[in-house]
Amino acid sequence: MSDELISRVTGVIAKSQKIPAETVTIDKTFEELKIDSLDGINILFALEGEFDVDIPDDAARGIRTVREMVEGIEKLLAAKSEAAETQQ
Amino acid sequence: MTRRVAVTGIGAISAFGHTFPELWDGLATGKSAIRPLTLVAPGALRFPNAAEVPGYDPNRYFEEKEALLLDRFAQFAAVAAREAVRASGIEFSPDLAERTAIVLGCSGGGKSTEDDGFHHLYGLKEPRVSPLTIARAMSNAGASRVSLEYKITGPVFTVSTACSSANHALGQAFRMVRSGEVEVAIAGGSEAPLSMGFLKAWEAMRVVSPDTCRPFSRDRRGLILGEGAAVLVLEPVERARARGAAILGEIAGFGMSSDAHHITQPSALGAARAMRSALSDAQVPPEAVGYVNAHGTGTLANDVTEAEAIHSVFGEHTRKLLVSSTKSMHGHALGAAGALEAAATLGALHAGLIPPTANFTASDPACDLDVVPNTPRPAHLECAISNSFAFGGLNAVLVLRRLR
Repeated sequence: MSDELISRVTGVIAKSQKIPAETVTIDKTFEELKIDSLDGINILFALEGEFDVDIPDDAARGIRTVREMVEGIEKLLAAKSEAAETQQ
Repeated sequence: MTRRVAVTGIGAISAFGHTFPELWDGLATGKSAIRPLTLVAPGALRFPNAAEVPGYDPNRYFEEKEALLLDRFAQFAAVAAREAVRASGIEFSPDLAERTAIVLGCSGGGKSTEDDGFHHLYGLKEPRVSPLTIARAMSNAGASRVSLEYKITGPVFTVSTACSSANHALGQAFRMVRSGEVEVAIAGGSEAPLSMGFLKAWEAMRVVSPDTCRPFSRDRRGLILGEGAAVLVLEPVERARARGAAILGEIAGFGMSSDAHHITQPSALGAARAMRSALSDAQVPPEAVGYVNAHGTGTLANDVTEAEAIHSVFGEHTRKLLVSSTKSMHGHALGAAGALEAAATLGALHAGLIPPTANFTASDPACDLDVVPNTPRPAHLECAISNSFAFGGLNAVLVLRRLR
């Protein structure tokens, strides 16, 4: 996972949570960042907008850490670029 | 003055059909009425299914011109009220109409009216919306329409507490009849939430199941939205007996509480306090309750929290308690939910048959209850409770009883 991707995801989380960007680091859990279930869906919504991806409910359900969130987005972006290549 | 409160009329329009007998017959067979959504274009949502009212044609129930004035949710209220009043056999003289209340629950109001108007404004870039928008969309349009039909001039209002709306409405109506403030009450709830804008908002909350509603089941994946209305006619037992009315059951108590915990996460403490308050109001010990019509939305959070609350209220008696969520069959009709479930619970008390929790596949150790999975179960019942717990942490519980 690239530093750029990590920085974009943590930036979205920080902006949604109204917390300083430097507090959102890759190894933090949602619990540590005081992200509850309602905050979680709000972050998913913001990430869908940021990366123009559709995050399925089932994929989102188990995510509890910043790292899992970045990994999830990475997978969706890979699937998206693969789909775009297939179409070409 | 404290009077016992009888139910002498029930009307319902739901995914099972346009009448209460169709609702009860459906629930009593244990078949779910959850089907593919037809009110919005397929493919636009993460979830394809809902519990829609089938074959609804406004012109069957309203003059063409009047139908234009009424959003779908207000029409449902009027259709259910008409059936309930007809069943009760009550004729409203001007004197009785002044001593009659109408209290209806509604969570969202005229969502499809707003959606349509705003589509013209933002989507089609038209500069205006219909002048009927406000009158159609206001959440009290259903209650007001019913008051016009019967010329009811007593207290008429709408209660809006999200998914608890109808239970709060029935509770207020029950207390007004019990105290003698009114002689008769027409009460329940109606909702028509299946418009694209509102469905998109539910989709974003990630609480709607991509297939069906499996309350208390280990593989539950969320709720299924429904629509419809149910209305009860309430009056003192003495009055019902004096006029020889058929008594369909009794509302024996009502309790409510607020979690003051979180805007969307449920709390077992708040839910338990509402159940205890309802039982205390009815002067019924927990051991006398045979059936719980659960809030049972089929979300991960609700069902485990509700199970914990039921255990804390009923203790050892939980083992003997039958619990089912009829939302597995008629969907979650939001502001109408409590009314459809009160109708279902009265049906269960009357028939001695528990409508099951449909679509159940595997038990969840965190929901350790007898949820009457998939198959209706005969049971002699005297007393039941019906739970409603809303977003916003607002809980409302009814105690219903067979009338000896």
